[in-house]
Amino acid sequence: MTSLSMQFGRDDWSRFTLKQRMMRYAIFLGCGLAIAWALTSIEVIWPWVWGAPEQIGDLFSRMYPPDPSNLETILKVLWDTVNIATFATTFAVLLSLPVAYISAQNTTPNRATLWLGRLILVTSRSVNTIIWALLFVAIFGPGVVAGIVAIMFRSIGFIGKLLGEAIEEIDTRPVEALEATGASRFKVIVYAIVPQVMPTFWAVAILRWDINLRESTVLGLVGAGGIGIILQGAIDTFNWPEVATILLAIIALVVVGEVISAYLRRRIL
Amino acid sequence: MTAPRDTWVKPPFIANPVLRWAVYLGVIAYFGWVGLTMPIDWGRVAEGIGRAGKIFGGAFPPSFERSGLLIDGFLESLKIAVLATALGVLLSIPIAFMSARNVAPKPVFYLGRAIIIIARSFHPVIVAILFVKAVGFGPFAGVLTLTVYSIGFVAKMLAERIEEIDFGQVEAMRAAGAPYFSTLSYAIFPQIMPRQIGLTIYQLDSNLRASAVVGIVGAGGIGATLANAFGRYDYDFALAITMVIVGVILFSEAVSGVIRKRIQ
Repeated sequence: MTSLSMQFGRDDWSRFTLKQRMMRYAIFLGCGLAIAWALTSIEVIWPWVWGAPEQIGDLFSRMYPPDPSNLETILKVLWDTVNIATFATTFAVLLSLPVAYISAQNTTPNRATLWLGRLILVTSRSVNTIIWALLFVAIFGPGVVAGIVAIMFRSIGFIGKLLGEAIEEIDTRPVEALEATGASRFKVIVYAIVPQVMPTFWAVAILRWDINLRESTVLGLVGAGGIGIILQGAIDTFNWPEVATILLAIIALVVVGEVISAYLRRRIL
Repeated sequence: MTAPRDTWVKPPFIANPVLRWAVYLGVIAYFGWVGLTMPIDWGRVAEGIGRAGKIFGGAFPPSFERSGLLIDGFLESLKIAVLATALGVLLSIPIAFMSARNVAPKPVFYLGRAIIIIARSFHPVIVAILFVKAVGFGPFAGVLTLTVYSIGFVAKMLAERIEEIDFGQVEAMRAAGAPYFSTLSYAIFPQIMPRQIGLTIYQLDSNLRASAVVGIVGAGGIGATLANAFGRYDYDFALAITMVIVGVILFSEAVSGVIRKRIQ
């Protein structure tokens, strides 16, 4: 009969070696220190923190029951919100096609265009929609245009990146076959590359449309159109029952958007 | 028998021609109608082109003169992100268990899913506005906002992971008569831990990003500094802040990518 100590060289079982355990303690300690540093140096007024549950409860109690008297206006701006998301996604998709083309290593004409493409993608993705919206509201003035352009600028990076990766992963044999028959560059793209990236293209476009629906609900808070404008208005006038209705409308919009995009993705993939 | 065609035609995207043309017409009608009825003041848009030149002229070169404000803003964003991640991840563990079909009873499951759907439906900026109204301006509202935001994402992904676990270990523990919490900590936790750590790092990165935006509506951090710079037409300072935000995001994305790769 073999005992544990004969099998493993020791007579107790433990999940980690001493070194692993030390490493884990060090990481826990690091996390603890980071949280302690943040907790002790953050500038919060602690009495407000203790009163928070009551305040939040109070806010919700003022929202109930939701007031649907302005429902018609709410639905109208909700429709504007959908249109902002749809138009911005469409323009972004069209503009991101050439960007994806030049930022994929196997289709870009040369190194300079590759880096130009990458630069566009990184800039677009790193700046949040709201920050883009602040900029375009300053340029175009408040309204739908600033919202569409802001969402478009943000989406180009997302769509372009995913599409560029899809182009890099294509099967190169159809491309070679077409090139061997002497097809022009344009024909190679249309008949060898486009069919391969088509499913990704639609999937990415639909996913981004879904994200953009959510993003476009807040554009109005910085003046860039959509439902955010009336939400801000209702909050500023302390019309909490109407705020509740608007929030419910936003949840409905987001859930419907998710259902539609899930359905379309299933059809395409 | 029909003669074989001597040219090849690409098969259309939608096979049924009636449906295909209906979709095309519908799309054209939508874009035409909405494009024409959208409340757009083209005169103002045209003016905007000139204004864009002025704004960009004012923004270059970026001004790092008030770098003290910039650093303070960033440290505050970092603190908000750290606290919100810790709190959010902690809270999302029970919520994830509630919303995993295989370990939670039906009513609890629906409650958990409802919490996740509500947390995910609202953009963090909307949540931030509500919290700013409820608990006042400042970083505390930011922490609460990003906690909600973290729960929406981490709990959802974690619940999906719990639903995928190997149930054999749970059954073994139960057969041995282990109490509920022992089953959780010895049969389920070890299986979900790697995903949990990966999600936490991802969420920290994501919260740092989001903390830059929730500040725009008054929830503390670098976003507040940025909104102020915009409000005072200090475009050169605003550009400096934006450049630093982009730099920090790229850096934290790289770091979190490296850590997550090493864990897997």
